[in-house]
Amino acid sequence: MSKERNVDLAKWSGPKRPYDLVKEFVIAFVVVGLLVGAISAIFSSPDEPAVTLQQWANQAPADFVATTAGELAGTTISAAYGPPYNTASEGLNLGPIKIQKWAGVTIPVNPAVDFVTTPLKFSKDPAVPAALAQWNGASSGQQTKWATDYSTAIGKAGDYTKVTASQTYGPVPTMASGLLVLAQSDVLDGLLTTTVTPYPSDFTKPMLFLADGGYFDDLGAKQHLHGDQWGMMNETGSYPGQSWLWLFSLWYQVEPFKSSANADIQIFAFLMLLNLGFIFMPKIPFINRLPRLIPFHRLIWRRYYRENNL
Amino acid sequence: MSSMWTTKLRKATVEKFEPQDVLPDDQPSYVASWIYVFGVLTLSSFAIIILSGLILTTRGAIWWHSSNVGHFVNSMHLWSVELFFVFMVVHLWGKFWMAAWRGRRFATWVTGAFCFLASVATGFTGYLIQWDFDSQWIATQAKDGLNSAGIGSFFNTLNTGQAILLHVSLLPLVLTFIVIWHVILVRRNGVVPPLDAKEIAGGAK
Repeated sequence: MSKERNVDLAKWSGPKRPYDLVKEFVIAFVVVGLLVGAISAIFSSPDEPAVTLQQWANQAPADFVATTAGELAGTTISAAYGPPYNTASEGLNLGPIKIQKWAGVTIPVNPAVDFVTTPLKFSKDPAVPAALAQWNGASSGQQTKWATDYSTAIGKAGDYTKVTASQTYGPVPTMASGLLVLAQSDVLDGLLTTTVTPYPSDFTKPMLFLADGGYFDDLGAKQHLHGDQWGMMNETGSYPGQSWLWLFSLWYQVEPFKSSANADIQIFAFLMLLNLGFIFMPKIPFINRLPRLIPFHRLIWRRYYRENNL
Repeated sequence: MSSMWTTKLRKATVEKFEPQDVLPDDQPSYVASWIYVFGVLTLSSFAIIILSGLILTTRGAIWWHSSNVGHFVNSMHLWSVELFFVFMVVHLWGKFWMAAWRGRRFATWVTGAFCFLASVATGFTGYLIQWDFDSQWIATQAKDGLNSAGIGSFFNTLNTGQAILLHVSLLPLVLTFIVIWHVILVRRNGVVPPLDAKEIAGGAK
């Protein structure tokens, strides 16, 4: 065993200096408390109001109707998501490793049913029951064709109000406008959160629906929160946010992750590797020699080295 | 007597420490740098996080949206978290450049690393339970990464009730446990000596 190791391991037998840990903590606590209080008083904290389905339906009805048609056509993000919500796809994979698929459907969400047809049972529009009956009586293929044709027509016209009425779309326009009225009257928000209990705490369904539309996405972009804007490590306004997630957000800004369809799982796996490296850093060759090679320690212990002529 | 579980537990814990080791009133002469302050600054900001969080907890999840006092307490919670991470990262870098894992202190480094990771998870769940646009955005963005790794199957970022319970109960318990463990290891093993102190070994000053 080297002398160095002896010194590192042995209880320090050299000179000591008085060190009042409790006093240090109390002073630090008071100083940090005052600092936090001052910063809080000056800068406050962000509180951008939550977005509701009612707000979406009132401020962007065209986007709401287009998204509703997309839910019925099975073309939205939620409708095509896969686990844990449904089996519409396998989800992301890391080569042959398909953890998302293997984890299975644990939070069942059928967007067409959960976001559209079930809430429509509470519609007061007299045309909706017949439209629902026509929808439920049709084959899956027919349903998809109606909804896809209507989505395409909206896409071409740019707005559902400019789409000419046609039998081609079946009951979909009636259903979509019926849901729009439900949302505008503040009924839909409650319907999507109170299926289990009247005291909601699970916002999976309204949030998935909201995030399927362009309105919510636009609000995020305006607040510099998109993935290509360093995403969720930011906060609304000019607050620092979760800046400690920079190493996570960084990889979404660079290739090959930036354009990868499996970026989420690739970055997640890469971050897990980096975390392992962080935890076991003292065992990694070369990295664990850096403190010797780059002598910042001479600065930290400069008084000790000076006093001992080292 | 020695077969008693109580005896074994006492020997494995309490008897490992001298009172002087638990609350020492002196330190080796080399413990003389501002870098050492960042450990206690991290603990201080952690204490303010807990205190401000407890006030928010007692008044309910949405109190701070409708009360000026509540908003101020929320701001204190936010900024103490921001400072906590700043202090912790400086402390971490300091320990890296001191190669503070030397001399059977690897476990101290590992518990410190887990403190950082558990803090990230706890902070993340805090951002999910603000009941505002930030929560909505972060929850919808983060779900994809967690779902892709299968974690979304048992931790749903869009289930605010689940996130709030994790944030105010389980994760603080886990983090506090790791922090205490980390501090105990620091006290048991002492502060790492300077690099190259070997040159004066046999008469370590």
